[in-house]
Amino acid sequence: MSGSAITPVEEIKARSDYLRGTIEDSLADDATGALAEDDTQLAKFHGFYQQDDRDLRAERTRQKLEPAHSFMIRVRVPGGIATPAQWLEMDRLARRYGNQTLRLTTRQAFQFHGIIKRDLKATIAAINGALLDTIAACGDVNRNVMCTPLAERSDIHTAAYEVSKAISAHLTPNTSAYHEIWLDKKRVAGSEDHEPIYGATYLPRKFKIGVVIPPSNDVDIFSQDLGFIAIEEDGKLAGFNVTAGGGMGMHHGEPDTYPRVADIIGFCKPAQAVAVAEQVVKIQRDHGDRTNRKHARLKYTIDDNGLDWFREELNRRLGFDLQAKRPFRFLTRGDEIGWSLDAHGQWHLAVFVPQGRLADVGDVKMLSALAAIAKVHKGTFRLTANQNLIISGVADEEKNGVDRLLERHGVRSSDSLSPLRKQALACVALPTCALAMAEAERYLPTITDKLESLLARHGLGNEPVSLRITGCPNGCARPYLAEIGLVGKAPGQYSLFLGGNHDGSRLNKLASENMNESEILETLDRWLGYYASKRNPGETLGDFIDRKGLTLPWTD
Amino acid sequence: MAAAEREIITPVVGGSELTALQRVTRSFDRDQLLWSSGFLAGLAETRANVVPLQSARGHEWHIFYATETGNSRRVAERLAGEATAAGLSTVVQDLRDVRPKVLKNIDSAVFVVATHGVGDAPEGSEPFFEFWLSDKAPRLESLDFSVLALGDSSYADFCEVGKRFDARLRELGATAVVKRVDCDLDFEKPAEAWTKQILEQASKTVETNKSAHAAHLTSVPAKPEYGREHPFNADILTRQSITGRGSTKDVRHIELDLEGSGLVYQPGDSIGVLPSNPPQLVATLLQATGLEDDVVVDVDGESTTLQEALSNDKEITVLSRPVLDAVAESHPKLRSILESRDSFSKYLETHQLIDLIHEFPYDWQPQELVDALRRLTPRLYSIASSPDANPGEAHLTVAVVNYDAYGRQHWGSASNFLAGDAASAPIYVEPNDHFRLPTDGDTSIIMIAAGTGVAPFRAFVEHRREHANRGKNWLFFGERNFSSDFLYQLEWLRYRKEGALNNLDVAFSRDQKDKIYVQHRLLEKGADVYDWLEHGAYFYVCGDMKTMAPDVDRALHSIVREHGGMSADRATEYIDDLKRAGRYQRDVY
Repeated sequence: MSGSAITPVEEIKARSDYLRGTIEDSLADDATGALAEDDTQLAKFHGFYQQDDRDLRAERTRQKLEPAHSFMIRVRVPGGIATPAQWLEMDRLARRYGNQTLRLTTRQAFQFHGIIKRDLKATIAAINGALLDTIAACGDVNRNVMCTPLAERSDIHTAAYEVSKAISAHLTPNTSAYHEIWLDKKRVAGSEDHEPIYGATYLPRKFKIGVVIPPSNDVDIFSQDLGFIAIEEDGKLAGFNVTAGGGMGMHHGEPDTYPRVADIIGFCKPAQAVAVAEQVVKIQRDHGDRTNRKHARLKYTIDDNGLDWFREELNRRLGFDLQAKRPFRFLTRGDEIGWSLDAHGQWHLAVFVPQGRLADVGDVKMLSALAAIAKVHKGTFRLTANQNLIISGVADEEKNGVDRLLERHGVRSSDSLSPLRKQALACVALPTCALAMAEAERYLPTITDKLESLLARHGLGNEPVSLRITGCPNGCARPYLAEIGLVGKAPGQYSLFLGGNHDGSRLNKLASENMNESEILETLDRWLGYYASKRNPGETLGDFIDRKGLTLPWTD
Repeated sequence: MAAAEREIITPVVGGSELTALQRVTRSFDRDQLLWSSGFLAGLAETRANVVPLQSARGHEWHIFYATETGNSRRVAERLAGEATAAGLSTVVQDLRDVRPKVLKNIDSAVFVVATHGVGDAPEGSEPFFEFWLSDKAPRLESLDFSVLALGDSSYADFCEVGKRFDARLRELGATAVVKRVDCDLDFEKPAEAWTKQILEQASKTVETNKSAHAAHLTSVPAKPEYGREHPFNADILTRQSITGRGSTKDVRHIELDLEGSGLVYQPGDSIGVLPSNPPQLVATLLQATGLEDDVVVDVDGESTTLQEALSNDKEITVLSRPVLDAVAESHPKLRSILESRDSFSKYLETHQLIDLIHEFPYDWQPQELVDALRRLTPRLYSIASSPDANPGEAHLTVAVVNYDAYGRQHWGSASNFLAGDAASAPIYVEPNDHFRLPTDGDTSIIMIAAGTGVAPFRAFVEHRREHANRGKNWLFFGERNFSSDFLYQLEWLRYRKEGALNNLDVAFSRDQKDKIYVQHRLLEKGADVYDWLEHGAYFYVCGDMKTMAPDVDRALHSIVREHGGMSADRATEYIDDLKRAGRYQRDVY
C-alpha cells in the first residue's frame, strides 16, 4: 500500500493560494496551447480539463508539434435545470468556441469540448454571464449536485430540487481566485481567502452528491459518495434517507481499488440535509486518504474506519442522531421517453439524446432543433442522469409546435428505439479524454446495433437490458451498476462485467477480462440463449446472471 | 589522422602535455606510431587506476529509458545511482529526448524499456524505435547492450517493445551483455536482480576496455573534395512533414546523411541542392509542346534524350530571357510585356515555363527549346542543424512549393525533389560568413524568423545548447496558424523548459481578425529588445526579403528611437553601427 507522504496533487493544492497557481501566466503563454503542469490540476477546480486529440498525438509528435490541446469545460447545473435563455447561450458558446456540439453528462451537466486556450476566458465569462458557472464542476470538491428531474410530480420535485440547490450553493468553494481569473474581479488588497468548509487543500478527491425521488433511481443513488433518497409521506416531502460511501472508480489489476454501492445510514428532515452534507464533507476532509489518490474517496474512508465509526462521527458532528431509515421502493433507472402530462396540466417531453451528444449531423439537426425550441419555450430544460433531455412545462396549445420544430430539424420520434438503446450510457473516452484506454461514446452505436440483433434473435428485443460502456475503469458512465458493463482496457479490448440489477443497488461482477468484440458478442450470445430458455417469469437478465453465479453451462 | 588523434588523446591529455606529445611524435612514421601506442598501452597497464576511468571517452556508460508511468525511469535512475557509486561514469537519458542515431557513437548502453497499451512504445519514444526497427537503421557492431523490458502481462504483446528492440539490436550486430529480462507490473524484484547482473558485467567490461583502448588507432583514408561542381550524393534519412493538419503550408524537415563526405559546415551556412525536376512537370511540358520524350538532343556537347535534359539539365520552372525572346518574335503581346522593365519582371515573377507555353503557343523544336533554357541551378537552403549536435548530418527546413494558378498545377523544383521519393540528393555546403553566431558564447542573441526562416535559428540554438554557452537566446517566430504552422514547436518548448531558449515570442497572423506579425511582437517587447542590444546582443533576421525584413527593420528603428530616446538620424546611426560591428545580420530571400 501507500507510504505516508502526501500526493503531489496535495502539494500543488497547498501551494496554489486557494486555487490560483499560475493559471493567469499559463493563459498568457501563447507559445503553447497547454497550461503549466501544476495548473492542469488546478484547472479542474475551475471547471475544465486539459485534453488533446489523441487520434493525432503520434502524428503531431512526428511533426514536431505539441499535442492538439484543447479543453473540456463542464458547466454546473444543479439538479440539471436550465432556462431557455441559458440554453441559447450554451448553444451559442458550443458553436462559437466549441466543436459545434453540446454534451449532456451523466451528472446532468453541460460539457463543451474542443475549446482552445485563447478562448477559455471568454467562454467561462459568458457561462457566468448566463448565471451558470463552472467552479467546482470538476476537482477535489463537491461536484454538480444531481436531482431526479421527475417533472410529472412537480410538488415533490420542487421541494427536492430546492434542497439540491441549497446543498450545491452551500458547498461551492469560497475562494475569490475564480472571479479574479475569469471575471476580472480585482483582489481586495490585503484580503485573505478562507474556505470554512474545505480548508486550503480542499478534499482528498472528488465528491459526488445526488438527490433521488423514488420510484425512479435515475441518478444511481448508490453510486454517489453521499445520497438523499426523498421520502414522500402524505403527498409531501417528509425528508430523506441518507446514503454514504458509493463510488464507481477502480483500477485494472489493483484489487485494493473497487466500486462500492452506498449504505443507507439513516433519515434526516429536509431542513437538516445541508448540515448533513456539510458534516459528511468535513469528515472526508479530515479523514480521507491524502497519500494515495486511488484510495481517497469516501468509500475507502468508510471501509477503513468502519460504518459504525462513520455514523457515530457524523452524529457527533451534527449534534443530533439521524433517525432510522424509512421504507421506499425503486422501480426504474431509465427515462420515460416521450410526452407526459402532470397534475397541473403541463406537458413534458423527454427527448432521447444518443450518447448525450447534441449535434447537427447530416439531416438530423438536434442541436439546432433545441435552439429553435429554446427561442419559443416558456418552461425549462431538464438534463437527466441518463444523458437525455426533458423539455419541461409545455402548455397544451404549444405541444404541437414543439413536435413540429423537432420534425422540421429531422429529429425523429424515439418510439421505435429499443429499450436497450434508450438507456445505454457511454462516457466520452477517445479521442479527447486523457484517461481513456478504449473507445466508448464513438463505439456505443456499433455495439448497440450488434447487441440489438442478438436480443432479437433470442426473442428478447423488448427487454430493458442496461448496457454501459466506459473507456477506462474510473466509471464515469457507472458501468458497474449495469446488467452488461464494458470497461475499456486497451483499444478494442474490454473487461466484461455482468449481473447488475434494475434499481442500481447491486454491483455487477467481472465476467472476463480483455475481450474483443467477437468474444464479447459470443459470450453474450450464450448468456442470452441461456436466459431466454431458463429465466423465471419476469426475471431480469441481471438477476438471472447473478442467480446463476455468472456461470454458463457447458455446451458442445 | 587528425580526427583519430583528437578522439583518443584530447580528453585525457591537454594543453602543454599535448603539445609535448605532438612534438615528440611529429617525425614518427606509421610503424613507429603503432609501436609507440603499444608501448604507451603497456605503461598504462602498470599504472592501472591512475588515469580515472570516467575521463576516457567511450567509457561513458549510457542508460536509456522509455517510460509511460515513470517505472522505467525509476529503474534507470536507481541503476545509475548504483553504477556511479561503483565508480562508473553514467549518463541517464529519456529516449524521447535523444536522437535515434546517438547509438552509433556509443559502445556501451543499457535500455530500460516499457511497453504500454497493446505493444506500443511509450509516448514520445516512438521516433526512436521507429528508426531502429526501420530499414534505415545502420549496423551497430561495436555496441554492447542490455535490455530490461517492462510491461503488463494482462495485455496482449507483453513487453513487446523491449522484445523487438532487443532482437533488432542483435540483428544489427550489437552484442547483448546481459540477457533480457521481461518484468510484469511487480517489476521491482526482477529489476533488482537484473541491475545487479548489469553492474557485475559492467565492472568486468571496463577492466578489459582499459587495455583494448590504446590499440584502437586506425588511419583515415583521404576524402575527395565535394562542392558545387562535384556534389556529394547524400542519403535522405528523414523527410518529415512538420506542418499539421489543416495547414495552408506544407513544410518538410529533411535530414541528410553527410557521413563519409568530409563536408563540414557551421551554423548559418546553407546546403546547395541539385534537384531533378518534377516528373509530372516534365510530362506536362512534353505533352504541351507535343515533343517526344526520347528524341536526342545536345546539351553542352553531350547527347542525351529530351526527357533527360528536361529532367536533370535544364531549368523548367523559372523563366529566363532567351525563352521569352524566342517566343516574343511571333507574339506582339509578349513583346510589349518584355519592353517594359516592370511588366517583364512582373511576368517573370508570376509565371513559369508551363504558363508561357500555354499562353503563347510556339512551334518549339527539341534542340531549340533545350538551347533556350537555362542550365538547372542548385537551390540553397539554410541549414537547420548544428554539426556538433548532429554529427554527420545536415537538416533542412523545406517549404514544398505546389500551387494552382491560371488553371494549371505548378511545382517548385528542389522542394518537390526533396519531399519526393528520391533516396538521396546531390548536395554541397555553401558557407555564409555573413550569418554567424557571435564568437563569444556569453553574448546574447535575438532571432527574428518568419516561416522556414526559422531554420538557421534551430541550428543556432542547438549549437549554443550543445556548447553550453551562457549567452541568452531569444526567438521571435511568425507564421499563419498556431495549431498547424508552429515549426519545431516541440523543440522550442523543450529548449525553453531547459533554459536553452530564454524568451520565445510568437505571432500567428491568421488566428484572429487583425493580422499579427513578428514586428508587432518585437514592438511590444521593445524595451527589453533595446535593453538586450545595449548589453551587446546580436540581432538576426531570417525569412522573406520583400515584406518581413523591411517591416522588422522599421520596427527596430522605432524601438531604438523610442527606448533609446534618439532622433531618427541617431537611431539610424546606432543601427548602422550594429551592422558594422556584425551585430545586425540578415539571411533573407
